Amino acid sequence: MTSPLVDIAWLTIREAARRRLFLVLILITAASVALSAWGFGQVREALLSEAPGGTIEAGGVTGELALTFIYAQLLILVTFMFSFILALSAVFIAAPVIAGELESGVALTILARPIGRTTYLLGKWLGIAVLVCVYATLSGIIELVVVGALTGYTPPDPAYALVYLCGQALILLTLTILLSTRLSAITAGVACLAIFGLAWIGGIIGGIGTAIGEPTVAQVGELSRLLLPTDGLWRGVVYHLQPRELLLLVDQAGPLTAAFPFVVETPPPTTFLVWVLAWFGFILGLAALSFRRREI
Amino acid sequence: MTAAPPAGAPSLAGDPAVAGAAIETVDLVKRYGRTVALDGLSMRVPAGEVFGFLGPNGAGKTTAVKLLLGLARPSSGQASLLGRPAGDREARRHVGYLPELFRYQAWLTGREVLAVHCRLAGLARPTWGPQIDAALGAAGISERAGDRVGGYSKGMQQRLGLAVALLGDPAVIFLDEPTSALDPVGRLEMRGILHGLRERGTTIFLNSHLLTEVERVCDRVVILDHGRVVAAGPLADLLSEHHLRVRVTGLDRPAGDVLASFGPVREADGLLEIQGLDPARVPDVVATLVAAGGRVHAVEPRQATLEERFAQAVGAPRPNGDAPTWAGVPSDTTGPATDEAGP
Repeated sequence: MTSPLVDIAWLTIREAARRRLFLVLILITAASVALSAWGFGQVREALLSEAPGGTIEAGGVTGELALTFIYAQLLILVTFMFSFILALSAVFIAAPVIAGELESGVALTILARPIGRTTYLLGKWLGIAVLVCVYATLSGIIELVVVGALTGYTPPDPAYALVYLCGQALILLTLTILLSTRLSAITAGVACLAIFGLAWIGGIIGGIGTAIGEPTVAQVGELSRLLLPTDGLWRGVVYHLQPRELLLLVDQAGPLTAAFPFVVETPPPTTFLVWVLAWFGFILGLAALSFRRREI
Repeated sequence: MTAAPPAGAPSLAGDPAVAGAAIETVDLVKRYGRTVALDGLSMRVPAGEVFGFLGPNGAGKTTAVKLLLGLARPSSGQASLLGRPAGDREARRHVGYLPELFRYQAWLTGREVLAVHCRLAGLARPTWGPQIDAALGAAGISERAGDRVGGYSKGMQQRLGLAVALLGDPAVIFLDEPTSALDPVGRLEMRGILHGLRERGTTIFLNSHLLTEVERVCDRVVILDHGRVVAAGPLADLLSEHHLRVRVTGLDRPAGDVLASFGPVREADGLLEIQGLDPARVPDVVATLVAAGGRVHAVEPRQATLEERFAQAVGAPRPNGDAPTWAGVPSDTTGPATDEAGP
């Protein structure tokens, strides 16, 4: 006999499958990969045919290294778009799983059974977490393989990049679950996306603060990364997708690169990663507490 | 809905720990902000009885069920289910529940919904098949068990809800307006199921507006209004009041004067009605009327109906449209009433 937590998680995954979520995600992934593959091919062709004297120049470097920089930046931009789709998917899948079942009345008979509210909530979270991570990992691998085959560029630590990408989606999933214990599905989803956007802007403002040497402004970024660690994790994605040779150029460019969200000088520090784990524990605990006290 | 309720896990109904009261509440209060949904509900439901929980819309019936199942928390007071605090997980293992708002996973088949509930109820895996088959049979939806719930009619979904509630041979089953979406045949079948459950010793907590149904199956009722008990007790006691209707002409003086010694007399639809009359005194009434020069055309002794008692208790107009002027439990009870009757 499996535990009720796993039962609820499995039920959540089955619901996603029955509601044709898998099918839609597979189609979207296939379209995205095909589109980006076509784009990468076109860019490569254009660069090679239009470069003066056949030599590519980018960021002060030339030849294959310049091509690598360009491909890496394109890959990061595509990943940025993908991270946004992932964030939206996590939020829209998570928002109705609890709030929707409460609103429709499906939760009434389930919660009258001998299972705890925390088990129910964690089971829902686990089910969506598995879905989101499997989707992110498979799509990410396919994209990286296709880009690698077309351009020859493979990031130095793609696995880390995927882990951070999943982490970012899990953060949003967790926040949405917390909000959906008290708000309607649509309100929780909209609120979570707005907070996500604010945190991203907070990170940009913090980067600008670092670039211009304004510690107070830089602290805005630090604070937003602590409150919602999505931007900090996004920086981890970027760091592990960019070629290591780029770091030398970043070093030469000085602090100004901090203002640019698609170039990252250092990976997320261990203290930040520990904070992220603590954040998960705290928000999930808060969500469980909120749900246990919720009148149904 | 023809088969007997499913058999399987041993019932707690025979457990000495719960043999006294399956459900008990003491001064149970529930407030939602300024709204008082339940105002000092005290009641005791003996194990194995069919308990009718009645009241107009908004009386607090569904709130009481939610408190007993732990879906909501009381503002004050106490409630116990099968000898354990309301909402206790172990007690919920032996409870079936058909909510008034019955909704099930539209993307699952009926059989899959039941399997989910078998799993969540902690039933042993080998018993799932027989339990599910029996519940489907009892609810009368065996033929549609393989279809997605999203394609069920409202009545089918309510039958599925009944099947869910019957799983695991519960010691207590809460049925909140269980026939609201059923056709007359379905209602008749539901009555058969309730009788079957009673024979098995299952305690049935029945919220319903269909008073004739309640009258036919319940042992005991509580009538709730504005969160308070306004009438309570064994059904037989509540319906013990008798009335007499007579059609008479030619009386030499007003009927009220002639029959004053028998109790309050009303006149409606050309009939005289004497309320609260002992049936043994019917011949005396006829003799008195004849002695007063009356010609008696019709004599109708009758018992109070639950509908009349309900209307009387909640202060609503009586079924025949008259104001409730007769004796009974007053609808403006100021203190929380109590049903202390035992088994």
